[in-house]
Amino acid sequence: MNIHEYQAKEIFRQYGVPVPNGQVAFSPDEAVEAARNLGGKLWVVKAQIHAGGRGLGGGVKLAKSLDEVKELADKILGMTLVTHQTGPEGKVVHKIYVEEGADIAKEYYLGMLLDRAAEMPVMMASTEGGMEIEKVAEETPEKIVKVNIDPAIGFQGFHGRELAFGLGLAKEEIGPFIKFAKALYEVYMDKDAEMIEINPLIKTGDGKFLALDAKMGFDDNALGRHPDILQMRDLNEEEPTEIEAKEHGLSYIKLDGNVGCMVNGAGLAMATMDIIKHEGGQPANFLDVGGGANPETVAKGFEIILKDPNVKAIFVNIFGGIVRCDRVANGILEATKITDVNVPVVVRLDGTNAKEAAEILSNAGIKNIIAAEDLADGAKKAVEAAK
Amino acid sequence: MSILVNKDTKVIVQGFTGKEGTFHASQCIEYGTKIVGGVTPGKGGQEHLGQPVFNTVKEAVETTGATVSMIFVPPAFVSDAVMEAADAGIELAVIITEGAPVKDMMYAKAYATKKGMNTIGPNCPGVITAEECKIGIMPGFIFKKGPVGLISKSGTLTYEASNQVVKEGLGITTAVGIGGDPIIGLSYKQLLPMFEADPETEAIVMIGEIGGDLEIQAAEFIKEHISKPVVAFIAGQTAPKGKRMGHAGAIISGGSGTAAEKMAALEAAGVKVVVSPADIGKAVKEVMEK
Repeated sequence: MNIHEYQAKEIFRQYGVPVPNGQVAFSPDEAVEAARNLGGKLWVVKAQIHAGGRGLGGGVKLAKSLDEVKELADKILGMTLVTHQTGPEGKVVHKIYVEEGADIAKEYYLGMLLDRAAEMPVMMASTEGGMEIEKVAEETPEKIVKVNIDPAIGFQGFHGRELAFGLGLAKEEIGPFIKFAKALYEVYMDKDAEMIEINPLIKTGDGKFLALDAKMGFDDNALGRHPDILQMRDLNEEEPTEIEAKEHGLSYIKLDGNVGCMVNGAGLAMATMDIIKHEGGQPANFLDVGGGANPETVAKGFEIILKDPNVKAIFVNIFGGIVRCDRVANGILEATKITDVNVPVVVRLDGTNAKEAAEILSNAGIKNIIAAEDLADGAKKAVEAAK
Repeated sequence: MSILVNKDTKVIVQGFTGKEGTFHASQCIEYGTKIVGGVTPGKGGQEHLGQPVFNTVKEAVETTGATVSMIFVPPAFVSDAVMEAADAGIELAVIITEGAPVKDMMYAKAYATKKGMNTIGPNCPGVITAEECKIGIMPGFIFKKGPVGLISKSGTLTYEASNQVVKEGLGITTAVGIGGDPIIGLSYKQLLPMFEADPETEAIVMIGEIGGDLEIQAAEFIKEHISKPVVAFIAGQTAPKGKRMGHAGAIISGGSGTAAEKMAALEAAGVKVVVSPADIGKAVKEVMEK
């Protein structure tokens, strides 16, 4: 789960990671109020959406007066912000963050995530603040310093020194930087973060380090022990059908093709998308009905797949293990009663009780249902049916 | 022969008396697995599925001589259970539970490694030595005995692959579902040499997916150390960037972890890589006839 910049900064403050003062606003009037509370003569008005590249998209602007704050807030709130991370359809801005202007002497990058190969977190720093880190990694990898932090010993001084010297910091800057990085490590571990990105991390004119931006993602499996984080979830930032699917125990991701897929197991679901492509079609979605496929979940699966008007055929690919195929077959029949399935449905059921399932389906004599022998046959028939 | 487990392996179940533990343990017993007891704190002294229940893993190990534990406890208790098993001298923990926090697994795996305990999973179907020993949730009947070793990140895709192999008139020595989480126990790199050393295994199937670089590590290892033919399929060739495809670890981040790069690395290592998941069985037959 991801959160907004202003929420991440709230968490940073709790842990002593320095951030500029700021306040969230949902209307232009609130924005002016926020700016007035913050004081000073310079403010930054920042669109709050779950995507990077907001500045380039026109979602981050400087204001030199309260009138300008109002004007900018008015413009940014409600706008559809398109960045390289939102996709061409963009994201609507529902809230903004008003922050005091900062005196930037130098910009850096600081991030943390799980190093899967090392099986421990890695902290990364770079002098190329403000640039996309993936790009830096590709073009000038020598400008990124990385240190693995073994949770058994926690964040030590040497971790911080390695990063600080790697960034070429001056002697008097090293202390404050290490303090900053150590606090960030505490946030990462305590909150079960999956990823933290501060881009840019700035050094101010008077030599202080501040997180000018903040991006955080969390391990979904750990949210149960973080009710405070769970409260920060913003459903506006998520795909409505994906939320609906999740509520019913389904894992669904919409894609651009026209062959709908309903599969048990994440690996087989991905493989099903792949074979549809291999047979010359385009998958319309990823859908894992999970281990407990019953009539209700299958019906819900059909309903969700058919919400996408591009879908011209559906490929049901179930390999019954613990899930018995006859139950899934009954689920399909049930589903055709509950939901109006108006496209051809190619069904491949293999594994436990596959024979019984085939009989159930052929006896039912539903015209839309096409039986498939195996994975390849099913994919071919589904691609054909979608033409 | 086989790898990791066989008909003599003594297994205990952590989370024995729970709904999942009970159902799957009884299926394992039916398959022939030597389940010699289980652990449910507070229920020590009872009997369940004809086997003794213990309060602690230590007690269970001392009494039964079990070397393997199958773990079904809820996600929040997985790391505790794994560490308890390691502390009690278990040699292999098979973690079936789905949804364990990454941080917990980071601590648990580090401790297991320190204690010399191997782990499989979490979030996996388990391990099965065909017609001898099933430790997990896979449908046993699909795994007929034969000369092919199988390593897979995905559950149902493991069944699919085994089914295809059997349809070709071949069969499985041992199949290991390693799980699709960001931090997992035994992986390709540790399992490949076991299959290489197993005289009954003549060919190896590895099934990977997008995310992380375990398949790339495997490719490098195969190039240097594996002489038996390997067939590979990587799921997620059509997966979009930045989206988590069901498994917690199945995500292409920052352009790396793609199916294409993994397929290329494996091919360069001399592995027979199939593009279609329907061609796994055929490819195995082909490489074995060569």
